[in-house]
Amino acid sequence: MISDFSTLRNNLKKDSSLLPSIRVALVGDTATQFLAAALKGTAIERGFKLDLFEADYNQVERQLLDPTSDLYAFEADYIVVFQSSHKLLSTFNKMPVDKQHILAEERIEFVKTIAAAVKSRLIYFNYPEIDDTVFGSYANKVERSFIYQVRKLNLLLMECGMETPNLFIGDIASIQNKLGRDAMFHPAIYIGSEMVLSLDAIPHVAARTLDIIAAIQGKFKKCLILDLDNTLWGGIVGDDGYEKLELGHELGIGKAFTEFQQWILKLKNRGVILAVCSKNNEETAREPFEKHPEMVLRLDDIAVFVANWENKADNIRQIQSILNFGFDSMVFLDDNPFERNIVRENLPDVTVPELPEDPSAYLEFLYGLNLFETAAFSNADADRTRQYQVEAQRAATQTSFINEADFLKSLHMESEVRPFNSFNMPRVSQLSQRSNQFNLRTIRYTEADIERLSGDPGFQNFSFTLTDKFGDNGLICVVILEKKNNETLFVDTWFMSCRVLKRGMEHFTLNTLVDYARQNGFKHIVGEYVPTAKNSMVKDHFIQLGFNQIGDSTRHLFNLEVDNYKMKECYITAI
Amino acid sequence: MEMEDTHKQVEDIFRDILDEGSLTLTRETTANDVDGWDSLTHIQLIVAIEKKFSVKFSSKEILSWKNVGELLDSLYQRVSI
Repeated sequence: MISDFSTLRNNLKKDSSLLPSIRVALVGDTATQFLAAALKGTAIERGFKLDLFEADYNQVERQLLDPTSDLYAFEADYIVVFQSSHKLLSTFNKMPVDKQHILAEERIEFVKTIAAAVKSRLIYFNYPEIDDTVFGSYANKVERSFIYQVRKLNLLLMECGMETPNLFIGDIASIQNKLGRDAMFHPAIYIGSEMVLSLDAIPHVAARTLDIIAAIQGKFKKCLILDLDNTLWGGIVGDDGYEKLELGHELGIGKAFTEFQQWILKLKNRGVILAVCSKNNEETAREPFEKHPEMVLRLDDIAVFVANWENKADNIRQIQSILNFGFDSMVFLDDNPFERNIVRENLPDVTVPELPEDPSAYLEFLYGLNLFETAAFSNADADRTRQYQVEAQRAATQTSFINEADFLKSLHMESEVRPFNSFNMPRVSQLSQRSNQFNLRTIRYTEADIERLSGDPGFQNFSFTLTDKFGDNGLICVVILEKKNNETLFVDTWFMSCRVLKRGMEHFTLNTLVDYARQNGFKHIVGEYVPTAKNSMVKDHFIQLGFNQIGDSTRHLFNLEVDNYKMKECYITAI
Repeated sequence: MEMEDTHKQVEDIFRDILDEGSLTLTRETTANDVDGWDSLTHIQLIVAIEKKFSVKFSSKEILSWKNVGELLDSLYQRVSI
């Protein structure tokens, strides 16, 4: 999500004349042209135009201490001061040994002086550590070692920041912690250019600086919207059951999800509002929050809880209408690339990080994005969740904003319909073992069973894939028809992955079945629903498709007259 | 890798960073001959070449190049051709 330097520089060619402009002065003790270009380029990505004053380098004291300087004449909204660890080190190197222990004190006095002198906001970069190893680790016990003084200075800067409302610390030391010093600093280029930040590090420094400016300007993230399955916990609660989820230190990679939830809880306690947006039955989705002992997040922590089978763009619109935040203040986390793309496409203002595939990498990835910069904090922020929960209860369910048909058309869906064959059998049996929710009779077939069925003339098998413009969902639906007699087909098995609910796949599947029935002279298709603890979502499946109930009190049976069937509208093309 | 290939790849890097699709580099080309090749883009070019060929130039080399030919010679020494 952080653009490289060339991209930032190319941003400057874009027309930014309509963007709100902010006056920023940049003063540094090393070459700052690259940082200046990156700040401007990053600002454009954030929706600002920087009117930038760049002081000639090495004029920090002169520009900041002289009230008649060009810098003050510019009347900046923000003054960014970048005094480098390098220059601090050379100051230190020239100090008499008996003065070296006051390096940090001296520098903090200067910072206090300029913070008092400037009327605008001051963004002062802290000091990435350079360990000159003169004392080795023993430096920690020597006040006059450089590393001792740098660390002390960074602490003093934090203390000074707490006391000084217009002083904001640009935490570039933490950028170096993330990237590493060898990536942050390019010695061969530094020698010829006075550049102390590598070209790779500069976009990160610019991003962190703009994070602060944007937050002060009121652009910051207020709401974190969370998917559940494989995002907050490992596994699919509807299929696996809440007891089998990967959470906590016992099971699988549960630790990754526990630590992830702990981070989210910290955000909530800081005042970020949490919402859930999940494709699940609401009851099922709530179960882990209520019953799983290793869940860190509880229902109390969630301001708005949306779990249904509608598309997530609509659901986020509903969350937005309840919370009344701008879409640009929302972050949406989901492990599923399809859902991320749907939300990006329909709600371009929502921030949708491209989460890594491996859940163990979620946290470090998100740390690197610094999504939740803030310009203020008070303890009262932590209690805001409650008031939004009340609001959520009040709000009625909103109607869908997107025209469903247009939405489905836009997906350009294609399905490959095939009988069982050696390529798809492993996946068919795997899905048969795992599919719990959208499964009409929940008969489990092993690969050997599937192979036997595929050769049995008494059965007709269908497997369906689904591809859309965002990618291939793979094999997602299976139907096994048993030929009861010359006129009647019995739906022995019909299961489907819940990922593709609400795409018209059920209609496409039934059209395919009726097609087959007609071509082979069958008159009736009989379906059955066998209730389990997990498949209540398909209780009315056959009724909704136009079947008539024919069962008695012992079996839920349904019949479809093939001749009377009208092909259902759907937006999936058979290939 | 052939020398011509290397030359061509360096040319592509120049075209990309200087946004000049038709730029042609000869060994004699200097910064004065090329629009947009200033002290800033110079550093972008060095870093891009270092990344592309997985090499690191020395500080002395970076300061010494008078034209493209000298830059290429430094590169040839570091990549196996």
